[in-house]
Amino acid sequence: MTPMIDVVFQLITFFMLTLKTVVTEGDFDIKMPRGTAAGAALDDPLPPVRVRMTAGPGGERTSLTMNGQNVADFDELRSRIIDLVGTGPGSNADRTEIELDCDPGLTYDNVIRAITAVSGKVEPDGTVIDLIKKIKFAPPKK
Amino acid sequence: MTPMIDVTFQLITFFVFTLNFSEAVTDDRIQLPMSQLAKPAEGPPADPITLQVMNDSRVIYAGEPVSLEDIGGYLENEKRVMIAAGKEPNAATMVIRADGRSRTGDVQRLIAVCQEKGFERFVLRAEYDERR
Repeated sequence: MTPMIDVVFQLITFFMLTLKTVVTEGDFDIKMPRGTAAGAALDDPLPPVRVRMTAGPGGERTSLTMNGQNVADFDELRSRIIDLVGTGPGSNADRTEIELDCDPGLTYDNVIRAITAVSGKVEPDGTVIDLIKKIKFAPPKK
Repeated sequence: MTPMIDVTFQLITFFVFTLNFSEAVTDDRIQLPMSQLAKPAEGPPADPITLQVMNDSRVIYAGEPVSLEDIGGYLENEKRVMIAAGKEPNAATMVIRADGRSRTGDVQRLIAVCQEKGFERFVLRAEYDERR
């Protein structure tokens, strides 16, 4: 009996030490080809939607605009995108591209929140409505 | 004795089921931003090269912090490895795990360096946020 218990404890120790708690992670594709021929990748593209975010000295977001119009927050950005491209069959989401133009000092968290807002909507029952998947960064300003 | 062995086997079973062989690169120095849409992809991306941007503007490459100025040299090596393996550099996927508190400008500079070296496929990684 004792040798068996020894082995069992060895096994427990091994499995405990190899335990990794992983959090679920996911990816957002961004389209960043070299050169400026990005628009050519879409068939029959609609004009790109320009999302601009400015940053304060601490990196906090000070303004959010979509095609030059002020937007209060990311939820409003999402509803404006839905108004613009529509959802379901006949949606223009596949033909539209988002160009993110951010101040260099902006905290990156805002970028992911903006991408989340434009790329889909989670319904209360957990289903996801896909919106715009083509996202790129505007060329950085010097 | 028997109850102890019972409990011990329960423990073993638990640890066996939670065993995870994934080789996804993670790092405690990075706090990924949260997103409700960051659903995991079906499989790992093709030829992933993971670059992690810390909030002090350094980039973790292969476990070591490297400054943004020096990352180009390491990427040049990655490019040679890809070419030696008979693949185009843009077949590789650059997995960008940037800290939520890092500067967007740093991420954009990193992307620009990658583009210079011929890497053109990027994914931005975020942590899945289960709250609704």
